Amino acid sequence: MLEFNSRLFLRDKTKHAYIFLSIIFLVSISVSACNLILPEDSFFYVSAFTITLMGKYLCYAILALSVDIVWGYCGILSLGHGAFFALGGYTIGMYLMRQIGDRGVYGDSLLPDFMVFLNWTELPWFWFGFDHFWYAMLATVCVPGILAFLFGWLAFRSRVTGVYLSIMTQALTYALMLAFFRNEMGFGGNNGLTDFKDILGFDLQSDGVRVGLFLCTALTLSIAYCLCLLITQSKFGKVICAIRDAEERTRFLGYKTESYKVSLFVFSAILAGVAGALYVPQVGIINPGEFSPLNSIEVVVWVAVGGRGFLYGAVVGAVVVNYAKTKFTAIFPDEWLFALGALFVLVTIFLPTGLAGALKDNWSRVTKQSKSELK
Amino acid sequence: MLNDSGERKRSLIPTQEHLGRGRPKLDLSHSVILYVEGLTVSFDGFKALDDLNLYVSDGELRCLIGANGAGKTTLMDVITGQTKPDSGSVYFGQTVDLLGRNETEIAQLGIGRKFQHPTVFENQNVFSNLELAMQGRKGVLDALTSRQSENDIALIHDILKIIGLEQHLRSLAGGLSHGQKQWLEIGMLLIADPQLMLVDEPAAGMTPYETERTAELLTSLAGDRTILVVEHDMEFIRSIARTVTVMHQGQLLAQGTMSDIQNNPAVLEVYLGEGL
Repeated sequence: MLEFNSRLFLRDKTKHAYIFLSIIFLVSISVSACNLILPEDSFFYVSAFTITLMGKYLCYAILALSVDIVWGYCGILSLGHGAFFALGGYTIGMYLMRQIGDRGVYGDSLLPDFMVFLNWTELPWFWFGFDHFWYAMLATVCVPGILAFLFGWLAFRSRVTGVYLSIMTQALTYALMLAFFRNEMGFGGNNGLTDFKDILGFDLQSDGVRVGLFLCTALTLSIAYCLCLLITQSKFGKVICAIRDAEERTRFLGYKTESYKVSLFVFSAILAGVAGALYVPQVGIINPGEFSPLNSIEVVVWVAVGGRGFLYGAVVGAVVVNYAKTKFTAIFPDEWLFALGALFVLVTIFLPTGLAGALKDNWSRVTKQSKSELK
Repeated sequence: MLNDSGERKRSLIPTQEHLGRGRPKLDLSHSVILYVEGLTVSFDGFKALDDLNLYVSDGELRCLIGANGAGKTTLMDVITGQTKPDSGSVYFGQTVDLLGRNETEIAQLGIGRKFQHPTVFENQNVFSNLELAMQGRKGVLDALTSRQSENDIALIHDILKIIGLEQHLRSLAGGLSHGQKQWLEIGMLLIADPQLMLVDEPAAGMTPYETERTAELLTSLAGDRTILVVEHDMEFIRSIARTVTVMHQGQLLAQGTMSDIQNNPAVLEVYLGEGL
């Protein structure tokens, strides 16, 4: 009987996970098959453009997961996760730049185009190593991770919380944006990094590589989801929820809440970085605009719409809002921000727990009804 | 009490020998567990505590009374590391200086606190609340890898029996009544197994029957543990009190048995007409 109590709860959650993972698996496999196997004139043919668009949505979904786990579960409202996403993007972008080799406009085998343009003669030290894919992958994990550790360590140890912390995260991403805009930083300045040709020697433009990247993103999303689920279901998950609801009380129970917050923040930043690294090869460009404070706020809106505190809610929110954005900007390109703002206000008023919360409420109402009917 | 795995089952009212497992042993050679000397705390010129001296013996059940603003809660805040005093010293046992340590370190030393307003984790169920409060290793890696052992689950159920919430183990703590939250918080204090318990108004919002049970529980816990109770309910104090300390305007006004206190002219003056 004792085990029954705790296990039953877990079984309920794993059921959600199975449904979620099956949907991701089925959709990604069938969409890929429709692109690779079917002829182009078939009704069910899915273009490489659509595949890439979906891949982009899934990258956003990973980013939304990373925000949800800190905001929804630990109450840290980060308005700067776009910074970690962009940093992850830059690390893979640097690798892709090195892959261009002497096929750039200037045909320089040593330096990327923008460095030739700036009359630089040698590669800056921080570009060393980016010829290797493994090195870039390591940087994807380490750069956002270390930045998040430093930021989190300073902020959480000084007990900065709430709106002050949110403002600091905004400042962080804004400062990085200004820094990356500068040509002297050595990351391509205003134009960023683009004109990518190959990844691991495969042509980025080919359908096969695009499908491969899409599948990688789907796989990463599934792994990220499972990791987040494991974390939130562990005792660690209970502690971070306790910190969200009553941090002072949690300290009195003997938990070093700062350590918990820093570790969670680092994990989340790494997740955001990985999302960025998957995003850049698919969209083909990374520039300082990705650091824009607005981007980070948008992520928070996705999570709010999907349902903060529900892992699948973050994913659903990211996909739904971005699909709406794609459709909406095609018709009214300039009005999207107003629509986004209105959406946020409406969701806050009418669906305070987001789509996932509303779904859960309705579901429990339905099951209660059917139970009472059975009686 | 040995179970299948051969481990000693935790008993609820532990003997000295295994009280506070995993904690450094406290030096109680003068059998005083808490020294508060010359403690002064001021907020914007207002002295919440004014050169307060207080000694609590090991195993004692001490009641702390005083009008609102007498500094009772401030004293608890200082002991638990939430408020930094202007001057004075606070020692736990002979050697452990509590000032300059933060809340987490103090909690890990074995000082537990029940707050004036019940603060339980409202979005988690009763079981998880107790699990979070349980004494043990509280590091990040411990939490990531921890699994509930049979012993832990059994202990939680024992505590649930004591606090009368067996039927509610899966209920969200936020849905409990005020009295039930009080009990849950007492349960969280028990399961943390502290050597010194600071209990702020345990009987508030409880029915007379529940108040009586709280009194019984606290009395039975004293001896192996030291308990410092702040309470306004005189009936409650009378039913548990051995030594009562009266605070007034941040200072110690009187100390003694309940009848000493009731006949103390200084206390009568301060408390005139307050039903002592």
